[in-house]
This record gives sequence, structure tokens and C-alpha cells, in this order.
Amino acid sequence: MESSPPADAPPPRLELRGITKRFPGCLANDHVNLVLQGGEIHALLGENGAGKSTLVKMIYGVLHPDSGSLLWQGQEVRVPDPAGARRLGIGMVFQHFSLFDTLTVTENIALGLDNPGPMAALANRIRTVSERYGLALDPDRHVFHLSVGERQRVEIVRCLLQDPKLLIMDEPTSVLTPQEATKLFETLRRLAAEGCTILYISHKLEEIRALCSRATVLRGGRVVGACDPRQETARGLAEMMIGSELSTPERPPQGATGAARLSVRNLSTSSDNPFATNLKEVTFEVRAGEILGIAGVAGNGQAELMAALSGEALIADPAAVRIEGVPSGHLGPRARRALGLAFVPEERLGRGTVPELSLSDNALLSGYASETLVTGGMVRFAKARAYAETIIKGFNVVTHGHKAEARSLSGGNLQKFIIGREILQRPKLLIVGQPTWGVDAGAAAAIHQALIGLARSGAAVLVISQDLDELFVLSDRISVLFHGRLSDSRPTHETSVERIGLLMGGLFATPPDEDGEIARAL
Amino acid sequence: MSLIRLEPRGQASQAMVYLTPPLAVVLTLMSGFVLFLLLGFDPMKALHAFFIDPVSSRRGIGELIVKATPLTLCAIGLSIGFRANVWNIGAEGQLTMGAIVGGGLALAFYGHGGWWLLPLMVIGGAVGGMAWAAIPAYLRLRFNASEILTSLMLTYVALLLLNFLAHGPYRDPDGFAFPESRLFEADAVMPILWAGTRVHLGAAFALLAVVGGWVLIARTFIGFQIKVIGLTPAAAGYAGFDQKRIVWLALLLSGGLAGIAGMGEVAGPIGQITPNVSPGYGFTAIIVAFLGRLHPVGILLAALLMALSFIGGEAAQIAMGLPKAITGVFQGMLLFFLLASDVLIRYRVRFGARRAVA
Repeated sequence: MESSPPADAPPPRLELRGITKRFPGCLANDHVNLVLQGGEIHALLGENGAGKSTLVKMIYGVLHPDSGSLLWQGQEVRVPDPAGARRLGIGMVFQHFSLFDTLTVTENIALGLDNPGPMAALANRIRTVSERYGLALDPDRHVFHLSVGERQRVEIVRCLLQDPKLLIMDEPTSVLTPQEATKLFETLRRLAAEGCTILYISHKLEEIRALCSRATVLRGGRVVGACDPRQETARGLAEMMIGSELSTPERPPQGATGAARLSVRNLSTSSDNPFATNLKEVTFEVRAGEILGIAGVAGNGQAELMAALSGEALIADPAAVRIEGVPSGHLGPRARRALGLAFVPEERLGRGTVPELSLSDNALLSGYASETLVTGGMVRFAKARAYAETIIKGFNVVTHGHKAEARSLSGGNLQKFIIGREILQRPKLLIVGQPTWGVDAGAAAAIHQALIGLARSGAAVLVISQDLDELFVLSDRISVLFHGRLSDSRPTHETSVERIGLLMGGLFATPPDEDGEIARAL
Repeated sequence: MSLIRLEPRGQASQAMVYLTPPLAVVLTLMSGFVLFLLLGFDPMKALHAFFIDPVSSRRGIGELIVKATPLTLCAIGLSIGFRANVWNIGAEGQLTMGAIVGGGLALAFYGHGGWWLLPLMVIGGAVGGMAWAAIPAYLRLRFNASEILTSLMLTYVALLLLNFLAHGPYRDPDGFAFPESRLFEADAVMPILWAGTRVHLGAAFALLAVVGGWVLIARTFIGFQIKVIGLTPAAAGYAGFDQKRIVWLALLLSGGLAGIAGMGEVAGPIGQITPNVSPGYGFTAIIVAFLGRLHPVGILLAALLMALSFIGGEAAQIAMGLPKAITGVFQGMLLFFLLASDVLIRYRVRFGARRAVA
């Protein structure tokens, strides 16, 4: 039914025409058009919730469009499922890996192939492909030994073994150190030079500017723009993405810091779970009036550190964690809150809030003690509602009121609510995990401003994040967590993204100012 | 690829959540109609004998309340546990232990009773049920053993213990070796609240449990903690709620209420210890708790409905010669329709394969 393209120009590798996808209560993609040429690295840009993931899941056959058509090299096709997509020559590397920890690299790859063939031959093919594209990988190693970057390589090699003509990468660098990301970009450029099209999804603007030759911007499920990212500034791209002008948080110069509000000495943990990362003699302190940032790739002990600091995991040695000088390793979350700790966990829904409960119930969740929302064992519901309204007003939470269920809020609004709930309790010490992960840029700026304001008013703030840009905006000092060990902290203005990046790769001992190729210290 | 799929609906309708129990009752009645028809009975007459005749006299309504009493007491306790993901399936055993301890006190002080004996028996019944429920609580917290299994298995231990006692130590010395205790003396019997019926003090306890259960769930901080633990255990850990304490509370409370229910049976309608104290009140209470949507008022209504299925089944056996299994059939249909409607208000059924393959 479609007219065939002129014979002299090759048809685009993939063309989407008027793709629409509706979920209950949400139009995820609204007449999206997208053209991908052979051999280009094309960025799909947009905030969380803009519809990027839905769109690529339809290309890969995980979801199916309600209307619109998909043309593969000029031919209209339907992609029934991921196996069908692979037959066409479409490969996808997901943000969250699907690997079995206890199997080897070869076994994992065999599971993902439609016809893996004999294991030994497959292992050889893996070696060939990984050498050719500079993806160092030992086929016989078990996955649980591998770093996150290596696990991603397993997923990429699995795709490359099928000679894809289109490779979709969903936020590939969110789990990588800057150096690992640079190596990944080399691989992607080589693939593109060989004619493979790469659809690159990200909201990290600098890397898109470095890597991609074209970009399509999605907002609210619609294509709102297309550009050559190399010609744009990061700020210009961000404003296209959020559709308004971006405000950057101000960080007034740090005043004199006060006493140590949180001091951690030789904190070590041990776990029965073989896949947990044990903390090894972690030592640091956070003083009144400052923000300490802890960087690191996920899985290097962040979850264990957060649990040990919040009191969700108890520490045998009470003196390993002191809050306001009081040994608190043996205290639970309730007792630590009484000492002045407030806490924003990484998981917003399901830890920081109860998804099914109203905002006023969720205000009660952590505010019950410091806001005296409970007297004589009875809940003071009117006071809890008023507290929720105060949070909603004070932190510009977009919602239809305190009765709204937590799960009905967008990620950014929910995070504003949680941060507001903790800050309004006037904590002496606030610990925040991933404050703006998956949060739109406007909300992120507001959250950053609130955290800086809290620190400047005399509280101690600890931020644990994987987002280096964020840590450089917020922190007065930065440390790095790697394999359960914490590096010494450095004042932010005396360090750089590159140096922190090397520390994130585990180079604690080597002087971090050497350039060039440095092997991973494992 | 299956031909029938369930697709989640965006949001379950709040009205339907409350409408499904009545809907399940209507569907049960309709199926009962068809069932009686197929069995060759006059369906209108059979349903009348099952559901209307039993409650058309004062005595009948009294019997309804007598049966609803232990169901309500057990179900209120169970519902509080279920809300906190504490799955006590052993209310029947806890009820039996309440009867053993409470009734044992009546026998121990036989002939020496006074006004103090009945309060002592109430406390004894509660303690008996709590002690039996404490075992699964300890096993879950110490060894992470599923309370579903331990509480259920302990039920059979309690039933065998009761059997042993009725045949041995508790047996009436003047009872010609029948496996029954003496009839309790007046000081050890629950006072009758409604003359001309068997409605006893236990009914007041049941109402008290309904009110207390509502206050606990809707107004207290403990109730809030139970709700959070049930919905999202990780958030409860984040907030610093002591989950062990809630497990203890849920099991001791449900055990204690079941124990009082058991004591009320032997000191009420039965009036002595026999090998069969309960026709399965503790198990039926699980259905009652869910039929009542784990809400105290809903539980009260559901208990009356399930009590009707007990006495209606008996009445239909006598009046129409229907088999004894008819009670179980009706209870089962009711639970089935309730669960099925629950699925349908959360999911929508789609027929056919996912999408035609190109």
C-alpha cells in the first residue's frame, strides 16, 4: 500500500510512521515518526516518562502499537515478539540485565540465542567478537564474578553474535564509570562504521553530543524536535527535552563547618547473601553545614551502606556509627530518627512510601515521632493531613491533595514529597540515596536547591549517588565507594570528573592524575 | 500462547470492592437453584428450607447468633493478622485449646465454684488460645518457619489432645464411660442474654471484638503499622516499625480471641467437654474474614451469613433429606464466587491469542 522509495536512494534502515500506543490512563506514544538510516548513531532523547522505552519496546516486539506502521528497509513489517525482531536483525541491550549469576558467560549467551550450537564453538565465536570490538570478556567466567560493565558487555556480545543491523541501547552508561563509558563509545563508533545503525537512548546530554549524529526528542509521548546534537549546547538540548527554561541551583560558598553530625569508623559488614557487597572498614564523617557526596557504580556497597546508616541493618559494634556523637550501630531506625537523622531511600515507591496509601498516611510513615502525629497510641489524622498539606505546598508537589495515593504521583513529584517530608522534620543529619534518579530536570533542580539550603542552614547532608554531575553540583566533598571500600574524600573544587571516575573503577592506590590506558584494578 | 488471558485493569473500582460480596451471595443462590433442580428437588422449596425457614422463629434467630458468635470472634483476630501478612490458619486449634483450658478450669473447680469461676475461665480460654498461637509465632521469628504450616499442623495436635482428654482425664466419673465430661455447674456456664434462646455472653464479647477491632485498625498507630507491614514490608522497615512485635501481636490476639470462642462453646451451648467442640468454626472463620473484606463490620455480616449456611444445612438435611455435604457445598460456592469476582474486578478477560503473527 505504501509507495516504494525512489530506486536511487536506499530505503532507511527503519522507519516508524504514526506509531501510537495507549496504556490505561496514559497516551505513551502519540503519532511518533522516526527515521533511522543505515550506519548512523541516532539519539532518542527525553525525560523519564516521555515514552522512549515504550517506543523501543515496540520496535523490539515486546509491546505492540495500537496504530501506525513500521517499515524495515522499506518493507512494512509487524514485529510479533523479540524473537521476530532478532530474525529481522534488531538487537537490544536493556538497562537492566537479564543474566543468571551462577552460569558462565557462554551459558548465559547460549540461553539468549535462538540456535546457539555447540558450546565450545560458541565460546570461540564469543572470543572473536569480543576481540574484534574491544569488548574484553572471558567466556568461561561465571557472571557473579563480573563487574557491571563486564555484564553489559555480555549483553552486547550476545546481540553482536547475531549480526544486528540495528542495535538499541537503553541508557547504557547509567551503570558505567566514565572510563567504561568511553570504551563503550569506541565500540559503538566501530559498529556504526561497519554499517550497523545504533539507536541510543539517554538523558545524559554530554554523551549524546559526543556520540550521536542525529537526535529525536520526545516529550509527553510526542516528537517535539529533531536536531544534530553536535550543533547544540547541552543546555539547549535540555530545554528541548523539558520544554521550558532550565534553572540551575545556586550553591552559595560554604561557611565554616561545625561538629561532626555523623561519624563512621571502621564500619564492616558481613552478609549470608553471596551476592551482597560487604563493607570493609568504611570511615568518614559528615559535619554540620556541609554536603558529602559518595559516588560509585551501583552494587559496590551502596545498598549495604544505606541500610547500615538508616538502622535497617544493625551493626555489631555500636561505636562504628555515631550520630551526634552517640554510638548508634545497635539502634533501629526509630531510635536513630530520635537522634536527629532523616533518611531518603533510593526506592521511592515501596520503601520511602507505601504506594497504595494516601499522602497523609505516607506523611505519617516517617513523621510520626518528630511531628507528634501519635498520642497515646492513637493516630492524630487531622494533624497528619495538615502535615501532608504543608509538604505539598512547601515543596510544590503537583497532586490533587493529601488524599492522593503515593503511586499516582510522578517520580519527580513523589521525590519532592519525600524530601519535603524529611526536611520539614528539621533533621540534624539527612542521608539521601539517588536524590534525582529518574526525576525530571525541573524537579531535580528544586530538590538540589532544597538539599543545599538544608546544609547551609546548619544540617549535615550525605548524598549517595551514581550521577557524577549531580554530585559535582551538590557536594562540598566527594568520596568514592568501590567493592565495599570508601576512598578518602576530596574537596569538590580540587577534583574532577575524570579523577572521580578512576576511583569509581577502583584505582584507589594509583595516583589518579596519570592519563592513558589503565587496566581495571580487580 | 493461551486462548484466555487476564489483563490488569488500571484501577479497581471502589464501589465494586464493596459490591462483590453481595454479588457472590446472589450467584451462590442462583447456582444453588440450579443444583437443587438438577438433583430433582423443588428448588424454591429447598432454598426456602435452607435460607428462610431457619430464621423465621425467635429460636432460629437465636441459633444464628449462637453460631455467628465464635465465627466473629475467630475472624476478627484472623483478619488483623491477615492484614499484616500473618497467615494464622490454625484458629480451629486455638479455639480447641481455649475450650480445653477454660473447660478444664470448670472441671477442676467442680463443686467449689463461685462468681469468680467464669471470669477465670474466660481468662483461661484466652490464655490457652494465645499459648497455642505463640508456638507458630516463635517458630516463624526464630526459624523462619511458615506459620501457615505450623498453625495448621498444631490444629490436629489440639484436636487429638481434646479427644484424649474427653476419653480420659476429663471424662465424667459417673458417665458410664461415655467420652464426655460432667455438665458444667451454674457458676461455670455463660449467662443467657436473650431469654428463650441460647444466645450467651459470648455474643457480647463478639460485638466488643468488632468495635475493638475497628478502633485498632482505623484509629491506632498499631493499626497503621499493621497496614504498612501488610502492604509494603520494606517501607515498614524504613519507618522503623518492629515487625517481630506485630507478628507476636497478631498471633496472640487471634489466638486469644479464638480461645475465648472455644471456651464460650463449652461453657455455652454445649455445657460440657465433648470430643467435638466445634464443627469447623476456626476454618470457616478464614472464609468469614475474607468475605468481610477483613473489615470488622463486614466480618460481622459475613459471620451471620456463614452461620446461616451452618443452620440452613442442618435444616435442609432434616426437612428435605439432603446430604450433609450441602453445607460445605454452599460455603465453597460462596468463597469461589467471591474470589472469582475479585479477580474480575482487578483484571479483564481477553480471549484469543495476543496478536496475529505476521
